[in-house]
Parts: sequence; structure tokens; C-alpha cells
Amino acid sequence: MSSVATTQIKLTPERSRPSVRSRLQDALPKIVLAPSFAITIVFVYGFILWTIYLSFTNSKTFPSYVITGSRAYQRLWGWTFDTDPPSSWYTSITNMGIFGFLYIAICLALGLFLAILLDQKIRGEGVLRPIYLYPMALSFIVTGVAWKWFLDPGLGLEQTLHQWGWTSFHFDWIKNKDFVIYTVVIAGVWQASGFIMAMFLAGLRGIDGEIMKAAQIDGATTFQLYRRIVIPLLRPIFLSAFIVLAHLAIKSYDLVVALTSGGPGGSAWLPSNFMYEYTFKRNEMAVGSASAVIMLMTIVAIIVPYLYSELREKPR
Amino acid sequence: MLRKLLIGTALATTFAFSAHAEDVKEVQMLHWWTSGGEAAALNVLKGDLAKEGYAWKDVPVAGGGGDAAMTALKAMVAAGNYPTASQMLGYTVLDYAAAGVMGDLTETAKKEGWDKSVPAALQKFSVYDGKWVAAPVNVHSVNWLWINKAVMDKIGGAEPKTFDDFVALLDKAKAAGVIPLALGGQNWQEATMFDSVVLSTGGSEFYKKAFNDLDDESLKSDTMKKSFDNLAKLVTYVDPNFSGRDWNLATAMVIKGDALVQVMGDWAKGEFNAAKKTPGTDFLCYRFPGTEGSVIYNSDMFGMFNVPDDRKAAQVALATATLSKSFQSAFNVVKGSVPARTDVPDTDFDACGKKGIADLKAANEGGTLFGSLAQGYGAPPAVANAYKDVVSKFVHGQIKTSDEAVTELVKAIDDAK
Repeated sequence: MSSVATTQIKLTPERSRPSVRSRLQDALPKIVLAPSFAITIVFVYGFILWTIYLSFTNSKTFPSYVITGSRAYQRLWGWTFDTDPPSSWYTSITNMGIFGFLYIAICLALGLFLAILLDQKIRGEGVLRPIYLYPMALSFIVTGVAWKWFLDPGLGLEQTLHQWGWTSFHFDWIKNKDFVIYTVVIAGVWQASGFIMAMFLAGLRGIDGEIMKAAQIDGATTFQLYRRIVIPLLRPIFLSAFIVLAHLAIKSYDLVVALTSGGPGGSAWLPSNFMYEYTFKRNEMAVGSASAVIMLMTIVAIIVPYLYSELREKPR
Repeated sequence: MLRKLLIGTALATTFAFSAHAEDVKEVQMLHWWTSGGEAAALNVLKGDLAKEGYAWKDVPVAGGGGDAAMTALKAMVAAGNYPTASQMLGYTVLDYAAAGVMGDLTETAKKEGWDKSVPAALQKFSVYDGKWVAAPVNVHSVNWLWINKAVMDKIGGAEPKTFDDFVALLDKAKAAGVIPLALGGQNWQEATMFDSVVLSTGGSEFYKKAFNDLDDESLKSDTMKKSFDNLAKLVTYVDPNFSGRDWNLATAMVIKGDALVQVMGDWAKGEFNAAKKTPGTDFLCYRFPGTEGSVIYNSDMFGMFNVPDDRKAAQVALATATLSKSFQSAFNVVKGSVPARTDVPDTDFDACGKKGIADLKAANEGGTLFGSLAQGYGAPPAVANAYKDVVSKFVHGQIKTSDEAVTELVKAIDDAK
């Protein structure tokens, strides 16, 4: 935006005395952006700082502004190693690891696979593509409730298969404390993989056909073609997809609530559930803030190096 | 479209401003009683206030449940925009009172004689620092059994008087092929049942020491271990699909006769009423075996905020109407709870309600009226939730033995204190 404006100024003949009009043109982008910039500064970065501040106080039901040290972090640190029985915090962070890894990996793999299949110039692509894409239009709450009913052994899949005569079928992950987090992965993947497919499909369509033909003339098999040429060319798409999926994974809160309402004994909690529970239900605002700060630091620790390494290579 | 929106906004703003200028005749109320029966019960209060010329204005809450309402309230109070009153539970009232945002209704309380008619145990939450800050609306009690009479007759069971009787009864149901115990595997439901189990196992003195005074010795005693063992025994009578089930679905299992009994607070009666079932002929209400004579309670209160002087008259009218005998009777008949004052006639109540009123009166006089820890009337929310965590982890197997459960309970409660 602003670069466009500057070039316009350079083109105007009266360079020594810029007219009101051109000055306005110069300032316009800044004026237009100022409100959203101010809002972002206050409501994103301002409140990040506020949360960090609160995590060092003894805030309970209401925010308190007296700094009392790092007791909230000490408690979280203690809970990090409480594995038998697992503390809620330990459960939350291990669940985040399991959910985050599987969700991103399966979505990427499945999305790419579906995109490659759809890219084979098949008939009916126009029908198939929206079918896969549609779940993304649903809110997590809808996805969660639908899968809750589908996975419930007394209502959904298991019950139906029993009625059809397959009585030995057994699938009660959603009721099982050790497996409930995987049902969250299933529902999450169902929702997002179609969207990732659409991203990859766009990427595949953008690949120059000449390169493919050249490779085929050189005798590359289809597998080699994808392995050595197509997938490396899709690297920027992987970056975008990763960023989209990573932030969806970290802010997953509603999916857990709608699908499992926390799971048996709180075994499906993610850090966001932990944060909400402690801040608003248990009136331990300091602990809630500390957990939010730790979530933020984790995201920064993963995303920043990845962005840095990916974006630095571009100029080459 | 846009124009309509603009006009609408402009009108709403004007209306809001004009409403502010002559605010006196309006009650602003934050609550989450939106389901059919509850809303009907609240309409009684709206009608009473309308007769005195006060308009009723609900403070809208997105999301519906109590948590969303409490978050909304926190934001309103932080912004200095107090509602006239808000539905509140237990320690929340005291938290807000400690923050200095609650009003003072002591004059009205004296005039209406609340000190004598409201049970002392409830006054612990409605009176802060000698000042009345909240008006209790009802008293729920938690230590109830809700039994399907048809199933009971089929298996030939009788009212269980002791915990062992209860286990024997559950065995009978199991043998008859009925799900013996309907339970929803959510932490508050499990903990609510455990409240009753502890009262039954340890007696009233023990319950008070452990769950109201949070006495370390009692919490780690053998009696507490025994209570966890008893809970484990009860959980063996639950169907395998119980985890995560909502409480009203568990009640529906009893109503339909799929299950024999549910251990739940008396709000379950609202579900039976809604299904057009009559106590005594369709369902039975007994005290949890071994807890006869004691009542574990929780109570809905209207917390009264420190509103500007021009809104105080409306607040007093609301508080007076809330604790009037006629409203207490009319409201609680519908809600399934019992009146928050002990001098309300029980003529309009059904058999279970009559028993509830008599039990409350006796427990109040005998000093056996205790706050429910699971429902936030035994200890502040941090402790109550730590307790629910431990009970739920024990039920679902993250905590494997009762020894471990007791250790964890003491640790969790100390950590949260």
C-alpha cells in the first residue's frame, strides 16, 4: 500500500512543494491503518503484557496488581512432573503434544493425498471438492456435538453395528480416559483436512506442466515424480498449511468441550481448557494467566524458528 | 439493511439514555434460569414486582450456563456497571462482598425478620461482616435417592436404611437385568454423590469436619478411605457408558425405568415433574441411606449490588418480594427445591417437598445442616474444584486405590487453600 503511494509522489512534478492533495495521499494509508493498528496494539499486545503482569500477582477472583512473585509458575512447574496420578496440567500439556502432532501430521498427509487423487483430471471433481471442503464451514461446536453422538457407544457407530449383527464390534474411545484425546484428533482431522486438501490442490494446479513433462521424458516413475519434484515444489504450501493448522490446534478449546466436556476425569483437557477452568471457574486468575503465558511461549518457540528458516531461504 | 441497522442503533441508544434518566422503576437482573420450569418459576417474581410498579429487565448472557453468567458479571462489575441483583452461588457472594461491591440490606432484613426465619447455615453466605448482602431464593439438598417405583416393585425392594441395604438393593436390580445406578460421569455429579457417601459413611460430625472445616486429620483418616471404598463399590453398579453423560439424561434413565435409582440433588424432581410423574406412585424419594436427619444443602441466592441511590428502592422491593412467603412457596413448588425460610407453610408442596421442608427445619434446629462441597457451599471454588478433580480421577481410574485418593485429596486441598 505505502510503496504505491510513495511512487505516486515521486511522479508528481512539483517535488519541492507537495500539494495538500499529495500530502493527503501520502498520509492516507497511515490514517486508514491507524485504528486497526491501535486496536491490535491495545487488545493483542497490551493484553499480552497485562496477562504476563497478572501471572506474577496473587490474583484470585479479581485482578490484583500487587506483584507477589512467581508462585503461580512454581505451582505449574510442580504439576508438570505430577504423573501418578496425572495432574490436570500434566494431562493438558501431554494432550497438547499428542493432539498437536497427530492433528497437523494427519491433516497434512491426508490433505496432500486427497489433493493428488483429485488432481488426476477425474470426472466429478466439481462435486467432490466441496464435499471434502464443507466440514471447514462448520463451527467446532457443531463438529464436536456431531462426533460426540457418532462415537458414543450407546448411540452411534457401535450401537448401529451391533444392530446390524456385528455384536463383537467394540469402539468406546470417547469413554476411555487413555484414548479420548484421539477422538479429538479424529474430529479435528475430519474438519480441517478438506481445507488443507484445497490448499494443496491450488498448489498442484500452480505447478508448471513443462517440468512434469520433462521429468516424464527423463523416465521418472509417478512416485518419483511426486517424491522428487511435486512435493518439493509444494514447500510454500506446506508452510501456509502448517501455520493454519498449528494455530487451529493451539486454540482448540470448543472442540474438547463439545466433544468430550473435558473427558473422563478431565483426561481430554488441552492447555486452553486448563486456562479457562483456572481463571474463571476456580478463581485462580494468577495460575490461569501463568498457563496462558506458557502457551504463548510454546507457540513462539515453535513458530518463530520455523518461520525464520522458511522465510530466510526465499531470496536464494 | 444498513439503514435499518443504523436507525435501530440510534433508537436503542436514545432508549438507553432515557432509561438511565428515570431508572428507578426497574430491576436489572442477571440470571441463568432460562429453561421452561425455571423461567415459569421466575415469572411469579416478575408478576409480584409488576404489581408494585417495577419493570423487570433481564441482563442478557450469551451461552446460557452459570459459568458464562459469572464471566459476564465479572466484566460488568469490573466496568462499574452493577446490575440490581444477580443469581449467585455460595462463596461467589462472599468474594464479591470482600471486593466491596455488594449493597447493604440490613434494614430490610430487620424489618422482614430474616435473621430468625432464614437458617443460620445460609446466613453464612448471605450476611457478610454483619451486613445482609444477598437474598436466598431456595434451598436445594443433595443427599437424595430418586427411585423408579415400577422397577422397585418388580424387584421387590424396600427403602434402604443403611449403606449395606443400599448395596443389597443394587444387587437385586442387577440380578433383574436393570441398570442399578444411573450416574452421569461428569466430575460434579460424581462429587455430589460422594458428598452423600461421606455423610453416610462418617456421620454428620465427620462430614462437617472434613468438608466444611477442611480438617487435615479428617481428610486423611481411615473413615475417608472407607468412603472412597464405598464410592468404588457404587461405581461398579453403573453402566459402562456413563462417562460424560448429562445429569438430566441419567434422570431420564430412571424415569423410563432403564435404571433403578439416581443419587442427585432435588433439582432432579423438576425432571420427574416435567415428565408428569407423581411422587409416591411413579417415583420415590428417599434420603441417601444413612443420612436421614442431616441435610447437605446448596442454595441459589440473589446477590444485591451496591447500586446508586436512585436504584435502591427497586432493589429493596426485589429483595422483599424474593423472601416473601408467597413467592418462596410458589417458586419452590415449581423449582423442586424448598423455601429458604423455615416458616413457609408446606400446603402446596408434593410429598417429596413436604419431606424436604420438614428435614430442613429439623436439620437447622439440630445443627445438622451442612454445605455441599461439590456444589460450592463447603469451601471456596478453588478447593471445591480440586476436590471434584480427585473424586473424578478416582472414579475414572487415574487414581487407583483409596489410599492414593486420600493422599491426593489432602494434597490437592492444601494446594488450593
